[in-house]
Amino acid sequence: MLEVALSFVVILVVFLVLPLIIGQTEHKVMAHMQSRLGPMYAGRFHGWAQLIADGVKFAQKEDIVPAAADRRVFMIAPAVALIPYLVVLIVIPIDRDRVAVDLDLGLFFVLAVMGIGVLGSIMAGWASGNKYSVLGGMRSAAQLMSYELPLVLAASSVAMAAGTLSLPGIVEAWQWWWLPWQAIGAVVFFLAGLAELRRPPFDMPIAESEIIMGPMTEYTGMRFALFMLSEYAGIVVLSFLTTVLFLGGWHGPFLPGWLWTLLKVFLLAFVVIWFRVTYPRLREDQLQRLAWAVLVPLSLAQLALTGVVKVLT
Amino acid sequence: MTEAVPSYLSPTGQEIVFLLLGAVAVGSALLVVTTRQLVHAALWLVVCFGALAGGYLVLTAEFVAWVQVLIYVGAVVVLMLFGIMLTRAPIGRSADLDSGNRVVAAVVAVATAAILVTVVIDGFRTAYAPLTPGPGSARELGASVFATWVLPFEALSVLLLAALIGAIVLSRTDIPGGEPADPPDDLSRSTPPPDQTGGH
Repeated sequence: MLEVALSFVVILVVFLVLPLIIGQTEHKVMAHMQSRLGPMYAGRFHGWAQLIADGVKFAQKEDIVPAAADRRVFMIAPAVALIPYLVVLIVIPIDRDRVAVDLDLGLFFVLAVMGIGVLGSIMAGWASGNKYSVLGGMRSAAQLMSYELPLVLAASSVAMAAGTLSLPGIVEAWQWWWLPWQAIGAVVFFLAGLAELRRPPFDMPIAESEIIMGPMTEYTGMRFALFMLSEYAGIVVLSFLTTVLFLGGWHGPFLPGWLWTLLKVFLLAFVVIWFRVTYPRLREDQLQRLAWAVLVPLSLAQLALTGVVKVLT
Repeated sequence: MTEAVPSYLSPTGQEIVFLLLGAVAVGSALLVVTTRQLVHAALWLVVCFGALAGGYLVLTAEFVAWVQVLIYVGAVVVLMLFGIMLTRAPIGRSADLDSGNRVVAAVVAVATAAILVTVVIDGFRTAYAPLTPGPGSARELGASVFATWVLPFEALSVLLLAALIGAIVLSRTDIPGGEPADPPDDLSRSTPPPDQTGGH
């Protein structure tokens, strides 16, 4: 009992700290990729305390609910967007036998709970009483519906390969040659996951140059900060999932297992940031075409490949 | 299936949680049909589906529970919200949400519920099955679907495939054939809009 409570506390700390680290990394990496310096003053050393300063600023701001908004839904929405990512973390293994809850259906649990998060942005979009927010909410819904399918198909390919839906079980069964074998599935999963997070280049729902900030337009202060936190927590969860499913989690030579997991997670988070700096935003029709005409067929091909290899070996 | 029935006067924790989840499900289902706000109805439906999934979990049907969340909360409700927001989604109460048939609808709903409850009570009486974790897991379920129930499963997948192809054919206007006498303009107008053909 004590051990479970302790692991929940650790997960909460990870949930609060890792998104901040990734956010700070994004500031600095983006800046250097664009020949800037990024934050340099807060905390003296290369602006390491910038996000803490941002947090203090958010906490001081007035929490405004627009007069035309649907108050209750407007106020619940940030929590609906954030909490699923926290819940997902409890079934993700960091190291061998280091997982808070070893669910037999871990993979299904993760996919089901992550789908709820998008409801938060739809609720926010509708409840704000702002036409740009509604547009953003609708784009979120459309994006979720089209990218959920390749995400689930790619994930089920790994489950087929490992013969289990339990996340520690999948990592346990992983071998190095799964990297080339499941490569297509990994790419599809990562891209579809990025699209579910609405990260650039899939940020049509919050495209700031046309619909201001999409569902988050009317949010200020702590509630806006919660949306921001949920975006970065989403990056953490997606990186963890891709690591666990496709990159072999704690497997690796020399270093301890939990360090390997974290290294892979940070590598993937770096790729997420890199994507944001590199690619322009996809147009809505390009977005849908990518999902239905590229990712779904690719994930089906991966499923077929997995099945064939699984039967032959 | 039939074991000694423990007393109903000392319910276990599982039974209490199950009853509470049932109450939440029924309450939110009532709110879905009585609320005057269109989007709130869809959101109460999320609560209802969530309580149902919780009920499945308590009954150790884990796989069904997570499928319930993945498909119904994650996809069906999102699709509904998308449809509502695409057509009209006013904030605040809508005056025209009450149907003139609501008395008849209530009678039909109560009658259906009464029939279902009678059938279930009559069929099981005091049968008591202790809950053991395991039969609802993916391995057991997969084994029984692909061994015992493989024929119905395949028949259902063919049915779903037919429905899918039908939906595509109905929503596409550029497929030649159909009514040859009609000019293409009338053909495109006579097909129903795609959002009415999609089913699940």
